Order: sequence, then C-alpha cells, then structure tokens
Amino acid sequence: MATEQTARPDLRLAPEAGEVLFDIKDLEVYFPIRQGFFKSMVSSEQKFVRAVDHITLQIMKGEILALVGESGCGKTTTGRTLLRLEDATGGDILYKGKPVNKFSSKQLREYRKKAQIIFQDPYNSINPKQTIFDIVAEPLEVNNICSSEREKEERVITAISEAGLRPATEYLYRYPHELSGGQRQRVCIAGATVLDPDVIVADEPVASLDVSIRNDILKLMVEEKEKLGVTYIFITHDLSLAWVISDRIAVMYLGRIVEIGDTEEVVANPMHPYTKALISVIPVPDPLARREHVILKGETPNPVDIPTGCRFHPRCPEAIDACKETDPEDVHIRGDHYAACLRINN
Amino acid sequence: MNSPRSQAVERGAAESPLSKSATKAKPASGKKSVERIDHEGLLDVRGLTTYFKLGVGDVRAVQDVSFVLKPGESLGLAGESGCGKTTAALSLLKLLPENGRIVSGDVLFDGKNLAKRTEYGMSKIRWKEISIIFQGAMNALNPVQETGKQIAEPIQLHEGLSEKQAMVRVRELYDLVGINPKRVMDFPHQLSGGMRQRAMIAMSLACNPKLVIGDEPTTALDVMVQAQILELIHRLRRELDLSFILISHDLSVMAETCDKGVVMYAGEVVESGTTADIFNNATHPYTTQLIKSFPNIHEKREMVRSIKGDPPNLINPPEGCYFCPRCDERVPECLTDHPTLTEVEPGHFVRCLLAKSMSSDAVAPDDEPTPEPVEV
Repeated sequence: MATEQTARPDLRLAPEAGEVLFDIKDLEVYFPIRQGFFKSMVSSEQKFVRAVDHITLQIMKGEILALVGESGCGKTTTGRTLLRLEDATGGDILYKGKPVNKFSSKQLREYRKKAQIIFQDPYNSINPKQTIFDIVAEPLEVNNICSSEREKEERVITAISEAGLRPATEYLYRYPHELSGGQRQRVCIAGATVLDPDVIVADEPVASLDVSIRNDILKLMVEEKEKLGVTYIFITHDLSLAWVISDRIAVMYLGRIVEIGDTEEVVANPMHPYTKALISVIPVPDPLARREHVILKGETPNPVDIPTGCRFHPRCPEAIDACKETDPEDVHIRGDHYAACLRINN
Repeated sequence: MNSPRSQAVERGAAESPLSKSATKAKPASGKKSVERIDHEGLLDVRGLTTYFKLGVGDVRAVQDVSFVLKPGESLGLAGESGCGKTTAALSLLKLLPENGRIVSGDVLFDGKNLAKRTEYGMSKIRWKEISIIFQGAMNALNPVQETGKQIAEPIQLHEGLSEKQAMVRVRELYDLVGINPKRVMDFPHQLSGGMRQRAMIAMSLACNPKLVIGDEPTTALDVMVQAQILELIHRLRRELDLSFILISHDLSVMAETCDKGVVMYAGEVVESGTTADIFNNATHPYTTQLIKSFPNIHEKREMVRSIKGDPPNLINPPEGCYFCPRCDERVPECLTDHPTLTEVEPGHFVRCLLAKSMSSDAVAPDDEPTPEPVEV
C-alpha cells in the first residue's frame, strides 16, 4: 500500500531509521484451490485463496513492525513470504535492494542466515530429543559457520544467555521437557539469534504463554532490537501487545493493509473503521471504564470470494453506497500514517 | 437472608419448560424430602480444599477457597496457570481426575452440599443445574458426531425426550446463541472457531441450568470473536437470568465481564471482592503486580511488567506467605507467618500480613449481606 511512503520522520527508536531493509511492492500471494476432476471439466475457472492481495510496505532496519489482524487476514502468509517459506505469485520483495523471490538457491542460503523466524508454539517447534545446545547450535552447523568447536560453543552460550537463560552453561545439556514454556520460547529465540540475523519474523511468539512470561519475552524482543539491532516483524492478533512493543503497526484485513503508521499515532487516532473496532474491543483491566464496544458482526469473509469495492464494507459500521463499488486508495493522514478508507476524504 | 433462597426455589419451579420433567420432578422431591441446608446466595463455597495424590506426596492444588455467588451474579476466578482456578471449578462439579479429591470444605448449591454428594447424585446436578463451557471448543466436541446431536444428548438424558424432540430444542438453542439453525447437522470441523464456541455455549444451556461455569471460554479466539462471545454471554445472562463463573487468566476479560472477582495464587484466594475493589483498589501485592502485567491501551504507553520468580512448589509449600519470595513489599514476618484472609473493606478480602483490617465499628453487624459498593 502507501505507494509514496517516505522514510519515517520519527527517529525516536531507531537511530538508523530511514535505512530500508525490506521494500515490498505490490506483493501478491495466491494459493490455487485444487478442484476435483469433474469440477475442473465443467468450469475452466481456477479459483484462488487470495491470502496476500497486493500490499506495498517498507520495513526499516532496526524497527519492530507489528502485523495485526484477525485469523485469515494474511499476516502469517506475509511473514512467511518475506522469508520465502511461501512463494509470491506477484510483486516484489526487495531485501537491501535485491529481489528475494528471484534468489538462487545459493543466495537463498545466505539470505536464510540473515532472516529467521520464531514460531507460536514452543512446545512443538523444537525437537524434544535434542539438547538445548544441539538445538541452538544446529543453525551454525548447517551453515558451516564456525571454524572450531570452541567458537561454536562460545556463540551458543552467548545466544542462550542473551535470550535470558542465565547462567547459560546450566541449560546447555538439558532437554526441552525440562524447561517451562517461557524457557522453551527463549531457546527458540536463541536459535534464531545465534546467526546474528538482520530480521526475525516472530509469528505470535507469546500467544501460548502465561501473562508474566509473555511480558518477559516481549521485553526480551525489545532488548534484542536495541542491543543487536535486529528488525522484528511481530505478527499478532492482539493489538494491545503490538501497542506495547512495536514502533509501527500495520493492520491487515483480508490480505490488504488497511491502516499503517506509528504505533501511538494509530492507537490514539485510528482512521479506518476496522482499526477503530479492533481497538474498541480490547478488554481493559479497569471495570469502571466501561466504553462503547464496536462489535463487528460475523467473521472475516472467505478470502476466495473477496467482496467488491472496499473489502471491509459488508461488516463496516460506517459504510456508504460508494464503498460497494470503489476499492479505496491509501489516504495520507500525517507523518507515516496511512489508511485505506473512502470516508476519510469526506 | 431468606430471599435469595426462596427466589431460587421459585425460579427452579418456573423455569422447567417441559411439563413432562416438571411432573416427574415433583413427586421425586416429595418422596425423598432432602434436607435443605441454609446458606447464602445460590452457590456458597466454604473452605474448599482439593489435593492431588502424586507419588512424591499430595499437591495442594486448592486450599481453603471460599466465595459466595448470588443468583444472577457473575464471578471471575483469575490467576496465572497452575494457581488452582480450574481445579477449584472442577471440584465444584466433582469432575476431578482420579488422583484428585476434595479433602475438606463445603460446596453449598441451592440448598444441597455438593461436596458430600455421591457420583450418582452429582449426575443429577451436572448439566441440569450447573453446566460448564470447556476451554478448547476444538477438543471438547466429538469430531465424528454431528454437533447438534452432541448438544441433544444431555437433553435426551436429563429431560427424557426423544432425539427428534431434543433436536427441536437444539434448533432453538442455535438460534439463541446466533448460529443458523440449519447447521445443526454440521460436524465440528465444518464450523469456525467462534461458531464452535457458540455451540459449546448452546450445549451448556441445553437443560436450563442455574449456573454456568466458563473455563477460559475465549482464550484461543481472536479479539473480535472474543468480544462477540463475551457479548453473547452477557446477553444470555440477562435474558435467562443466569449465574456465571468465569475462569480466566486474563484479568482484563474478568474486569469487563464480572461483578465480583477472586484472585488466586498458589491454590489460595489472595484477594476477593467486587471487580471494582480488585481493580481500582487492589491491596494484595500480587494483585497489583498482576494488573500491571496487562497493557491498558487507554493509558500512557509503557512496557508491561512481569512478576519475577516462580510460584512455590505446592507439595511442600513454604511456611510463610506463598507470595513472599516474589513480593516487593515483604517484611521479615512474611517468611514465617502464613497470612489469613482479612476483610479490609466490607466484602473485600485480602490475604496479606500488611493488609489493615477494617476498623472495629464496621465489623459489628455481620449478618447483613455485604452491599455492592459500585454498580457495574
């Protein structure tokens, strides 16, 4: 989206703000729907799940960008496509100016050292039969990075203690089942940071964790961003968590970014009706502050048959007739805040 | 004192919509002449203590938990995982796993002591009087049976209806919870997460219970679906005059949905009162820290705090206050003296040595049910 988006003027969090790490242009990820033999004979029309439907976005070095939306909005697919775990069907992802979707397998190997992912569930994403040392050392071994065992050990220990498991030596030869959920997620983070990556896609990293542990992991992400200069793409359905740690928020709906901007600006001054609704339903730990909830009816429509015009109009509380026909363009609000809604101009 | 009880009795008689079961129920109650126990409210839990037997010893999962729920009220049980909130709720229904047992305490529900009931006696209570919405709607439903038939099962069992008659009721229930009644014959995998949760709610309402327990009913759901489900529960409570117990690790959800709250830590109640008492006048250091762990999007942005350290081992709990090792405000006595629940304001209890008991003049008349300080 935001075609003529400029470097963010806010230098508050990233001293290098302005250095573009990812330049995503008109990205499209469609998944073809497999049809049975009979159906494919009857109708020649191939249908697609339009998971990511033309998004344009720049990700700056050293920022935490939150991709927020309900399930099925395409936030995870966007994250996976950035790492080329999915192939884009259209558009470009430029990583430091080079097109990720045209990487050769050799380039891809190099790229994967610099781009890592943390998955949601720390119970299933690490091998229960490996020790913590083996889990964290595996990326180093696969990529033949260390010249000696000693160097490998040092790097593993650094990564583990940076991930907050201290003293690291005490954890090295334990197995995942000996650790709690939060500690396992720290192991996943250590495995992601051991290669010294530029960017980490964190896909709902705290969704399965207890509150107190959740906050520790969020704090760790902010620390690593500040200390190691890692760029985080924080994928979450919980806008309040995005608000706590991210520099910018991109709100996605049905494969499209409907609003993007500086976190505090978006939360304090949401322009898109979808963002407004999402913010209004966040539960607040204060029973006296009863406020109006904008509860949208139904669920996100099927990404195979995306509504005409503005894709949000069937659920939008503010929709007008024009919304049924015109697909809204991004409207510049202020600074780096953009929203795609027809009603903003009026 | 008598009014809530008689109210509950009236409701019980008026509510059974099926003449068949009503006529059945009357002579049965006349014959047995079960002795009614006098207690406060609809549900009065007194000193509930539940242990799990393990090879190494007993895990004291729930210790001395007490609360009162009046008809039509909603109460939240909150705390981190492992604090005993789910065990407490399962103890109410005696749905504990084999190695769990209620060691002491009473669960007084509508004049009956559930803690002393037999398994057969409990089967008359479950679903008919108290029902539960289980946590993962994904796993709580049978994947190889039509969702509607699963909901019809308790109706057939408790109301003695045929499957056909029960399915009529299921269609009504679907309509009530906002699913298209045409979908009664769908299998669980054909429903979305939110719809499955709605189906679970429909199931919990199948036999017109007086009390519904929701065990993390919105935990695995998206924010918008969570809001829809919470609104549905709110609407149903109003329309059907239900009492509701919400079990949640999410204090903000409790703040938004409940009249009263109980915060648990390491198997004990550390603070209880109205939600306004708990959130706007939190007294226990654990409650204050836990509230600060949740982001409040309407206030100044700051990093959420976490509570350092881990909860104690409940096989050999420490002598003093269980929260003491993680507490910022501890004094030397906290290490040795185990605090008891202190009433700091009418109806607001705190388990902390530092909590100041109410001044003597407020203690005098204890009979009066505590007034609600804030209308929520």
